[in-house]
Amino acid sequence: MTQVQAQSPIRPDPDSRAPMQRSQQEVPRTSTLEDYAKLLGESEIVELRALASRMKGKSVSMINSTSVGGGVAEMLNRIVPLVSELQVPIRWDVINGENEFFAITKAFHNALQGGPFDLPEESFQKFLANSEQNRARLKFDTDFVVIHDPQPVALIDARQEKNGHWVWRCHIDLSQPNRKVWNFLAPYVHRYDGAVFSSPAFARQLPIPQYLSSPSIDPLSDKNRDLEAEVIERVVEHFGIDPYRPMLLQVSRFDRAKDPVGVVRAYQIVKRYVDCQLVLAGGSATDDPEGEAVLAELREVAGKDPDIHILDLPPWSAQEINALQRAATIVIQKSLREGFGLTVTEALWKKKPVVASAVGGIPSQVIHKHSGLLAHSVEGTAYQIRFLLANPAIAQRLGEQGHEHVRENFLIISNVRRVVTLFLHFLR
Amino acid sequence: MTELGPFQFQTASYLVRIGNQSANTLLELRKELEECSDESVFYHTFQSLGRHHFLTEGFSNDFAQWVLASCNKPALAERLASVDIRDYVSLTELRTDLLRIVKEYCGQNVTDAAWAAFEPFYFCETIEQQVPLGIEAKDLEEFRTGLGDLPHASLQFHFITSRLRLHLHTNDFSQWLLKELACKDLAKRIDQIDIYTNTLDGARTKILRLVDKELEQ
Repeated sequence: MTQVQAQSPIRPDPDSRAPMQRSQQEVPRTSTLEDYAKLLGESEIVELRALASRMKGKSVSMINSTSVGGGVAEMLNRIVPLVSELQVPIRWDVINGENEFFAITKAFHNALQGGPFDLPEESFQKFLANSEQNRARLKFDTDFVVIHDPQPVALIDARQEKNGHWVWRCHIDLSQPNRKVWNFLAPYVHRYDGAVFSSPAFARQLPIPQYLSSPSIDPLSDKNRDLEAEVIERVVEHFGIDPYRPMLLQVSRFDRAKDPVGVVRAYQIVKRYVDCQLVLAGGSATDDPEGEAVLAELREVAGKDPDIHILDLPPWSAQEINALQRAATIVIQKSLREGFGLTVTEALWKKKPVVASAVGGIPSQVIHKHSGLLAHSVEGTAYQIRFLLANPAIAQRLGEQGHEHVRENFLIISNVRRVVTLFLHFLR
Repeated sequence: MTELGPFQFQTASYLVRIGNQSANTLLELRKELEECSDESVFYHTFQSLGRHHFLTEGFSNDFAQWVLASCNKPALAERLASVDIRDYVSLTELRTDLLRIVKEYCGQNVTDAAWAAFEPFYFCETIEQQVPLGIEAKDLEEFRTGLGDLPHASLQFHFITSRLRLHLHTNDFSQWLLKELACKDLAKRIDQIDIYTNTLDGARTKILRLVDKELEQ
């Protein structure tokens, strides 16, 4: 078993004259519609502009709880400039709050996804008091106000009669919420014109219309852009992976919900038939007691197998993750519970055959036998992996179709189109 | 395209509304399929084919895929997949035929019909936003130019979902070529292109080839 700690990942060498590193430095931080046109075709952007032209004179504000870190901020960082480029005035506001407020909203976040809620009653009043401060500070003068996630949900209090269209964009799984927290928040949600969820499985029965908007990946980001072969080779070599034998990969944090131990068990079954390697690449678990326990368990199950590589990577490892995904023979996502599963989207975009559990948002991406294979157990996962290793032509076809599926449905440009379409729907 | 004259290329963007219905068994699928909206039937059939246009083997509609992947009932999945949306100009007829197949299976396989699926089927529905692309064609040359640059959603709109708008067993392209340019044979050949065994890009290539042939003549 090889273990690599947080300090090890490759960082681009500023002194290197390797073409990949130079081209990386030249890539603009914010991609424009023209950049996407080169990748997806001019007609897709022409279509987007035609849609957005219907929004002439309308303005939008997006409100969330942070400008950096986390998937929502990452998404808004990409979407806001693109909407603006479509000549739709758009503003992005972030709510303020003390640490105590964010501790409360973190507890809300966990409770809404089915966890317990142990904070005192006064937490609810503190939450509302903070919301009131933000209501007084922020402007709500746009035609569309999109509130992201539960933290700013009570800003709906700022809505005056006929004051624009208000949409609540919920990025979390609300299917099994803690009753106490949901009963507190639901009256606010019910006052919006509509709610948007990432999967029908995450929605609830609400008295307002609910819409679907899948999360998306950015094909031009460090994690997804094309890499030159030599960069991939260097990453593989750095982590001690044999480039000449099949490599199975799961990218996810070390969390029981991702079932890394189940992945090792599946690999061990496959290994009886095929000489392969397993790479488990995840985030650092140093501040997460359960993560440490999972890692310990994982190490025990992995034993001394030199073909199991457990990579504990820091958050700035986008390029390494990209390279590992591109180097993999098969990508696994054997989650027991899952949100949308963007690591699956990333693998499909890279034309990789994927074997994944049929949970959360995964079945909408892995269309069984078309864009990957679904499994429901350790043995089933092992069987599907063996099948793909023995049938590389089928594996290749699944990967190519998976790529097309992502291209059509789960890229940032599709996301922008859905946002604009939602606004146009409200204008009808 | 409601009136003839120059061909107006349009596109459609779809907003998906999440319904409050779901099915965990085939019996529940039967019940919900009976009660869901026409927009829901559209989403899981016509629009599903558009979302998965790049698949050319064995994918037909969401119902068939769920029955196969989540219920593990290949025989029923095959029957549902064999329903060809090109045969329908109304969603009511399409729903009736899908329901008949599910009802027959449930009647003949009472125990299986009550088995819980691996994953629920969630009913969604489509809200269509139609937008002109600002491109028009007055003759075959211009038609070819416009077609060559069309985005997928626009191809889907004119070539596949048009049946429901026209209430005719044809598509916008063939209808215009027939009525406006009197290209009867070309219109017929274009309508014969199989959308289940071709991707949208593949279908476009075939249409372009047919148009080129016509232009040569």
